[in-house]
Amino acid sequence: MRFVFKTRYEQDLRLWRHNGDLIGYGIFLAALLALPIFAGVYYVGEANLWLIYSIAAMGLMIAVGFTGMASLGHSAFLGIGAYTHAYLLQNGVPFLVSLPLGGLLAGAIGVAVGLPTLRMHGIYLAIATLAVALITQEVMSKWSSVTGGFDGLPVAAPDFLSIQPEAMYQGEWFSVGGLHVGWVELWSPVSLYYICIAVLVLAALIARNLLRSPTGRAFVAIRDSEISAQSMGIHLAYYKTTAFGISAFVTGLAGGLFAHQISHLAPDAFNIFISIELLLICVVGGIGTIQGAVLGAAFLIMLRSFIPIMRDEVTAGAGGVEFLAGLVRFVNSPGLEAAIFGALLVLFIIFEPMGLYGRWLKVKTYFDLFPLYKKSTFARQKSYVKTERLR
Amino acid sequence: MDSVQIYISLFVNGLALGCIYGLIALGFVLIYKATEMVNFAQGDLMMVGAFIAFGLIAGFGLNFWLGFLLTVVLMIIFGFLLDVVVIRRLIGQPQFSIVMATIGIGYVLRFVMPYAFNVEQIAFLTPFTGKAVQVAAMTLDAGKLAAVVGTLVLCAGLYMFFQRTRIGVAMQAASQNQLAAYYMGIPVALIFSLIWGISAGVAAITGVMMMPIANVMDPSIGFIAIKAFAGAVVGGFGSIPGALVGGIIIGLVEQFSDYLLAPGYKDIMVFSVLLAVMVVRPEGIFSQMGRKKV
Repeated sequence: MRFVFKTRYEQDLRLWRHNGDLIGYGIFLAALLALPIFAGVYYVGEANLWLIYSIAAMGLMIAVGFTGMASLGHSAFLGIGAYTHAYLLQNGVPFLVSLPLGGLLAGAIGVAVGLPTLRMHGIYLAIATLAVALITQEVMSKWSSVTGGFDGLPVAAPDFLSIQPEAMYQGEWFSVGGLHVGWVELWSPVSLYYICIAVLVLAALIARNLLRSPTGRAFVAIRDSEISAQSMGIHLAYYKTTAFGISAFVTGLAGGLFAHQISHLAPDAFNIFISIELLLICVVGGIGTIQGAVLGAAFLIMLRSFIPIMRDEVTAGAGGVEFLAGLVRFVNSPGLEAAIFGALLVLFIIFEPMGLYGRWLKVKTYFDLFPLYKKSTFARQKSYVKTERLR
Repeated sequence: MDSVQIYISLFVNGLALGCIYGLIALGFVLIYKATEMVNFAQGDLMMVGAFIAFGLIAGFGLNFWLGFLLTVVLMIIFGFLLDVVVIRRLIGQPQFSIVMATIGIGYVLRFVMPYAFNVEQIAFLTPFTGKAVQVAAMTLDAGKLAAVVGTLVLCAGLYMFFQRTRIGVAMQAASQNQLAAYYMGIPVALIFSLIWGISAGVAAITGVMMMPIANVMDPSIGFIAIKAFAGAVVGGFGSIPGALVGGIIIGLVEQFSDYLLAPGYKDIMVFSVLLAVMVVRPEGIFSQMGRKKV
């Protein structure tokens, strides 16, 4: 086990615990940056989806993981970010302005939703945000002059800076050692990929810095006990609304990127199932950890591309066999994907409440402490239900 | 038909729909009252009840009332086992985890039921299907009246159960403080499983009563639980009469806004009413909330 002896106050203020962490994340980032050189365009597209889901889940994590507010409405914020961004782009606003504006509008609506509802605890908030998600989806389909209604809204492709190993630009600036620098339309998955990485790093820094600040500490205090947080002088409504606003802002940013990823917006793309998927990412990745959002998103995207492959394999392999007909019908039934997500959700909550990142911590601690690792290090304290109605 | 008759029939439709919402709301209010857990899979439990009734009545050709009774019994056992196998392990985890777990269970049920019965949609005949009752120059649908009457009877029974019987009071005690109830000799785990059983039984009754109103059901019928949630919040989450009244209010709002407003705005209206109630009177009509005295 690595003990960090703190000899200077600056150590408490650092973004990372020790230099080993910095090296680890540096390698991860370098691998991310190098991926398009090795992987094909299809995989870069999948990676885009992964990064976008990571960003959106990071936003949700600020509400769910850090502040303990269950939100079923983040599909709405994703949608608001996406539609705002697409609408502004269509009207000639530059990319670098319209993307944050989409996030800001999502954040503003998050605050507006939060103001009345955040006085209430857990379940009321979940239901209120659910209502907001459903209303937003209806508005997206009804307000055709802006959103295009059910016909959808095509996302304009802005020109954007890009660096690629091959010359494939509308306008090239210069090339250095085989790397070509120039403007490219954002249709190219590779250029979107680098923007996604930039936003992901930004979102992670927002979340990490938030957690180091008094504001973030207030969030965590509220999550752990509202009554004790209030007793320590934390204004519950103010901090909850702030948390919800920041959360919606980050998810809105992801929405702008998501608009480019799917390239044609329709109200159905932002249904309640997206909210559930984002929550699944948080639970599977590990509630209350920034790394969990990235891990959970990777898990979800891999699962989503694995299920159709499995379906085809099973259908091809067992198609003609009589006694396997039930199995073939099973894998081809509608709703299988959602059912697998649901089952995983239940299994993770019961057997791995700390998620994938928690499992990684456990494995790391096991080797750090070998052979002295105790299972009880991570055991949950036994707890009992007390009424929340008297809160 | 003159306008008065239209409004009366809208009222009856809204009342019947509202009773269905009220019963679903009742299902999770029961669980919430007793165990402080919120069951987002209540609508899917109703769907499971309807599928089992379909299997018994349309599949095996049982008599309606016999099939109905058997469905309720099977669903009580199902709810009990659901608690024993899954939900009991979640006690003490944050409420959010339980919300997520029940959403997960809902997705699994929505897939498993049509797969198990190998149908996409179900329909079976009830004694009320297509019948009409003549009340003072008004023709009312028998299925809707049956839903209203059944709801009233069921609610009265459950209200008495919670107020007057030992088990009902024990359930309330277990809800207020699990540990204290345990010290008083209440078998808390068993009580929790029983309440899940009762709630699943209510869901089964709702599912069967829904049949003559909906005519055809598919697995996604469970989504109407979202409106039942709205009803429960409007009525005051955790209150049995509140669940019913809130459900009826939501049902009426839905029917009248469907008629009076442009098509497609009824859902927006329902959830706007929900948000408005949350802003103006967050504790609902029948308040169950109080401030904790430290």
